[in-house]
Amino acid sequence: MRNARVRLIGAGLALGALLTAFPFVWMVFTSLKPLNEARTYPPKILPSTVEWGSYLTLFRELDFGRYTVNTIIVVMVGFIGMFFMAMAGYGFAKFEFRGRRAMFLLVLTTLMIPVQVTLIPTYLILNSVGLTNTVVGIAMPTLVSAFGIFLFRQFMETLPTEILDAARLDGAGEFRIFLSVALPMSTPILAVMTILTFIAGWNSFIWPLVIAGQQENYTLSVGLALLNQQVSINPALQMAGASLMVIPTIVLFVLLQRHIVQGFTMSGIN
Amino acid sequence: MGVLGRQEVTTAAVPARPTHHEPGSTNTSRKQRISAATKSLTPYGFVAPSFLFLLAFGILPIVVAAVVSFTDLDITGLANPDNISYIGLENYRRLISDSDFWRSLQTTGIFIVFGVPSIIVISLTIALGLSVSSSRLFRVLRMFYFLPAITAIVAISLIWGFMYNTQFGLLNYLLTSIGSSPINWLSDPQMAKVSVAIVAIWRATGLNIIIFLAAIQSIPRDYYEAAAIDGATGWASFRWITFPLLRFALLFVTVTTLIAWLQFFDEPFVLTDGGPVGATTSISLFIYQEGFSFNRFGYASAGTVVLFLIIVTVTAFQLRLYRSNHA
Repeated sequence: MRNARVRLIGAGLALGALLTAFPFVWMVFTSLKPLNEARTYPPKILPSTVEWGSYLTLFRELDFGRYTVNTIIVVMVGFIGMFFMAMAGYGFAKFEFRGRRAMFLLVLTTLMIPVQVTLIPTYLILNSVGLTNTVVGIAMPTLVSAFGIFLFRQFMETLPTEILDAARLDGAGEFRIFLSVALPMSTPILAVMTILTFIAGWNSFIWPLVIAGQQENYTLSVGLALLNQQVSINPALQMAGASLMVIPTIVLFVLLQRHIVQGFTMSGIN
Repeated sequence: MGVLGRQEVTTAAVPARPTHHEPGSTNTSRKQRISAATKSLTPYGFVAPSFLFLLAFGILPIVVAAVVSFTDLDITGLANPDNISYIGLENYRRLISDSDFWRSLQTTGIFIVFGVPSIIVISLTIALGLSVSSSRLFRVLRMFYFLPAITAIVAISLIWGFMYNTQFGLLNYLLTSIGSSPINWLSDPQMAKVSVAIVAIWRATGLNIIIFLAAIQSIPRDYYEAAAIDGATGWASFRWITFPLLRFALLFVTVTTLIAWLQFFDEPFVLTDGGPVGATTSISLFIYQEGFSFNRFGYASAGTVVLFLIIVTVTAFQLRLYRSNHA
């Protein structure tokens, strides 16, 4: 009786899961179709022959090689931000200092200020220091997040203070203790944050859109959004671009599923 | 990963040789060891880089927006500050009489009224389903539902845009093949709202399913067993055990989803560019267009301040609800 119920629910959920995943399947299939076949009506699910031409076009005729490099730069700069957040989390977790509570409260206050509110003024700020129209400028507004600092602090509070003190007695400098003692003991949170930082940087759209300025600074997301204007011309090309963006994150997700779900559950919505 | 690699190498070398300082720390603090060290400038050195970034990109923008909203800053003002002048509350006055602004607020309101309940009902239903078993199959299914949450919204919007296409899109093909008439997914103003919202709902469920599932799994099983002895199963046990104990998760999801709709931007930007005739222009898209399509930075800043005040109100309301729920 219970088994039958579980099986029924399982079947329903499986159907829903297939529907959820279907757009991705459709994306990959379409990207491998010859141009004409992607636009035929009625549409065919499977490509008659597998063609990689659309992917080649992205890199040869369009500038997606450059967009990929720019996206990777944005992600890399994001990792510098992650290092800063780890430092701050450690500072808030393991030291007593004047103004700690007030500073941490201010950090948390920024949690409720969304990107859209800071869009115009941040553009003006970056413009005044000459960072608009640069790839590095794209990563600046989201380099440090209050949420990341919070996560690092929560984890690092659990690190045993005795070990840090022992390193101090051995004469290690504070920064060295952080690098060689605190960070190696924080691998679980570093794993979660590495994934979240990668996904946030790779998928980011609104800042690249606003800051990039000219085509040579575009990231994959902006390049892809511009392909949209070609909708009636070449869906196979569009879906190849979408695949290029989506497949790396799906591979990462399948490999590191547990960490990702854990990280996102902690992050609430993002 | 580079960070990890480096520290593994250096671990062995720690005690042996004296090391250079964190810029903020002083010699005396080292000599007097722990108690003095914690009083030194060291902690500020750790916190400073992040703190400065948050000030620059979290707090300062609010101040800048408030100041700029009292000016007529535009593209000429950006090139030469002499072209900027103080115009008092003029931007706010214009905002109040701007029908586009009111329509974007109304559109955002419609998205919230229909979008929030849809996301909650769908995520909660799926989470309840997923909670009946912890077998391998169910864990794999959970992954599928989570996929849209980690993929780029731009790519997702493009995929859906292709399926919505009225010439060769898949959805209209499916509709006509079951004898239904085709739908103008993105060109009909009413339908465009629905189409854009479907994409956002599809994307938002993954994360909320995980949140609900975690909450459901934290309910002790003996509650249900005790209720079963008293004859309460199925709907009754959901209504009187699960639902009340999910109150906190429900509140959390409601508020975060509501704020997410207030920030709704990427899907309408890619799919419809706010059209047709402004039907899918959310408040965020309105601000973007005023700022970056028309270069009216002063005017857009006034819109920014209004959106900020709305979000502060919602957040304050959320905090009050949390408190009363904990008491």
